[in-house]
Amino acid sequence: MGDMTIRPEDAPKVNHLVTEAEVLAHTNGKAAASQAGETDLRITDSTLRDGSHAMAHQYTEAQVRGVVSALDQAGVQVIEVSHGDGLGGSSFNYGFSKVDEFDLISAAVDEATQAKIAILMLPGLGTVHHLKKAHSVGASVARIATHCTEADVSIQHFGEARKLGMETVGFLMLSHMASPEKLAQQARIMVDAGCQCVYVVDSAGALVLDTAQQRIKAVIDEIGAEAQVGFHGHQNLSMGVANSVLAYQAGAKQIDGALCALGAGAGNSPTEVLAATFERMGIRTGLDLGQVLSAAEDVVRPFIPRLPWMDRASITQGYAGVYSSFLLHAERASERYGVPAHAILQRIGELGYVGGQEDMIIDVALALKNEQELGDLAGAGAR
Amino acid sequence: MASKGSAAIVGPGNIGTDLMFKLMRRSDIIEPRYMIGVDPTSDGLRRAASVGLEASHEGVDWLLAQDELPDIVFECTSAKAHAANAPRYAEAGILAVDLTPAMVGPLVCPPVNLEFNMDAVNVNMITCGGQATTPMVKAVSRVVPVEYAEIVASISSLSAGPGTRANIDEFTETTSLALEVVGGADKGKAIIILNPVEPPLMMRNSVFCAIPPEAAEPGDLQDRILESIHAMVETVQDYVPGYHLRADVQFDPVRELWKGMGRVFIPVEVKGRGDYLPDYAGNLDIITAAAARVGDIMIANKLGVETTWKSSADLNDLEAAGV
Repeated sequence: MGDMTIRPEDAPKVNHLVTEAEVLAHTNGKAAASQAGETDLRITDSTLRDGSHAMAHQYTEAQVRGVVSALDQAGVQVIEVSHGDGLGGSSFNYGFSKVDEFDLISAAVDEATQAKIAILMLPGLGTVHHLKKAHSVGASVARIATHCTEADVSIQHFGEARKLGMETVGFLMLSHMASPEKLAQQARIMVDAGCQCVYVVDSAGALVLDTAQQRIKAVIDEIGAEAQVGFHGHQNLSMGVANSVLAYQAGAKQIDGALCALGAGAGNSPTEVLAATFERMGIRTGLDLGQVLSAAEDVVRPFIPRLPWMDRASITQGYAGVYSSFLLHAERASERYGVPAHAILQRIGELGYVGGQEDMIIDVALALKNEQELGDLAGAGAR
Repeated sequence: MASKGSAAIVGPGNIGTDLMFKLMRRSDIIEPRYMIGVDPTSDGLRRAASVGLEASHEGVDWLLAQDELPDIVFECTSAKAHAANAPRYAEAGILAVDLTPAMVGPLVCPPVNLEFNMDAVNVNMITCGGQATTPMVKAVSRVVPVEYAEIVASISSLSAGPGTRANIDEFTETTSLALEVVGGADKGKAIIILNPVEPPLMMRNSVFCAIPPEAAEPGDLQDRILESIHAMVETVQDYVPGYHLRADVQFDPVRELWKGMGRVFIPVEVKGRGDYLPDYAGNLDIITAAAARVGDIMIANKLGVETTWKSSADLNDLEAAGV
């Protein structure tokens, strides 16, 4: 091993000083307009939903209030609050919530002054009953998620959400598993059911640049101006922000992020990096960069037990196309059964399990353990 | 040959078609006579006609206008449709076995509560997930108190027809209730997942039951739970030969993250018999076999004859299932 210390002189050299005039020329003067309230895209922050995975669903009301207040002041227009697996997710299979999610949603609604509070629900787990309850405590955006080929299970929920007067968003999860054409057909089903924005959701962090952009384009080609298109990225292959930029350039109008990347797997596209990147590109998000950076650094960072990170297990998720929220469950099964988490995730990818099938992690861990024991026997010369 | 009761199957989709084959094979006293749908191009109607049933796409109105009404109807449509049809069947004096999650009649799962009230003119078969999991919850709750039971039913996308998809909330709600009412848990929660992977995955059900701390540790209580589970698996195999544990039952001690509960995890897989869809569609078998079993009892009761039900062992199905 060599000297691993990074010295200042190793940092990349800046060729020349960027002048204010250059920035203005590059950004087409758009930065100023963002103060006027007009935006080019809308960022939805999911720290309090996708981040719930990384928190093992142990959010407290005080944490939720702190995050909502900081995001609201920073100009974030939509803040998602739910169990990581959506309404009704508190369970053996996904992890029990420390605090009832409806109490957390209610606290978020109470804290927000301009931001809308969104909820996520997965038909098959959450029901219309959950949706109505969330609406009754003040949630105003319904984000309804299905596996990317099963959009038709969401039809009744979009109908009910619209009847309640909620804004609707459709989530096509694990979008890398469907071709752009197939994804476009599924987006059509959601839009016809009353969905106002269809998200290409890279739940596994498996989309890489053009594979993300092609899906956004295909969905936009299908639904045109009937609904918006959004992108939800994960960092398993470190592509969340880059994919988000490409999604915007292809026409996406809604982008998800989470403070400090707090989310499943290696985390989400960090909201603060999205804000900085889009501002640098002159794309108006309506966010106050300084305040977003402060929200990440001063509000969220202190309570995070472990920063999401691209380690062997989460990179394997991106590479093998595995639902990001399986990570912590695989780590727990790894501890319980003595088989590596990355091996569990690799096998999950090969078997094609989809979001929600956390129970199969136990099966896979048991199977790997058996194989390991048989291997040990064979190694010892047993026949 | 005993006298027979005639049956109508309403809803010629995946479930209705599979049920038709089950009735023909398993019962000597039920004669499937009518297959009713609403779509003239339905594959199920065509198949039913090809094996000698009267098939009509003119719906329940057509059925109820026939001179010879069926003794029993098996409803394989949707919860909404059955809620509308149920009073009409009752008025016409037709027994109803409801394979939708409408819950008009009592919830019945053959290995758990087959001794239902024979005066009931309408019984509900819960859901496929409910038929697969309530026996396991019962197997635990007859040994120790179960304050909470949770199930995850994963089925192949190909075996979930439009009725199942449009009724997904009814699936979770009806199944949750059955875990309590039939399974014996204080509180039930059901989750359903559709998986599109090719080749299709077999129907899979994970059952989690909260158990008292002393049962989560090795010992006599744990042994009795295991024994009860294995006995129940055999009972279900009597009518669903492909029902089996996919791996060993797992006991986990109390964890703080589980709100201080210990748990038992029971991984159940259901291999279908392939009567209609291939063997991945065990979700069809488990509810149609249960419905055929219950229908046989109701008709036997109505006709005042003995049931003629053939078990998996009678039909040599267990070896064929190879599980």
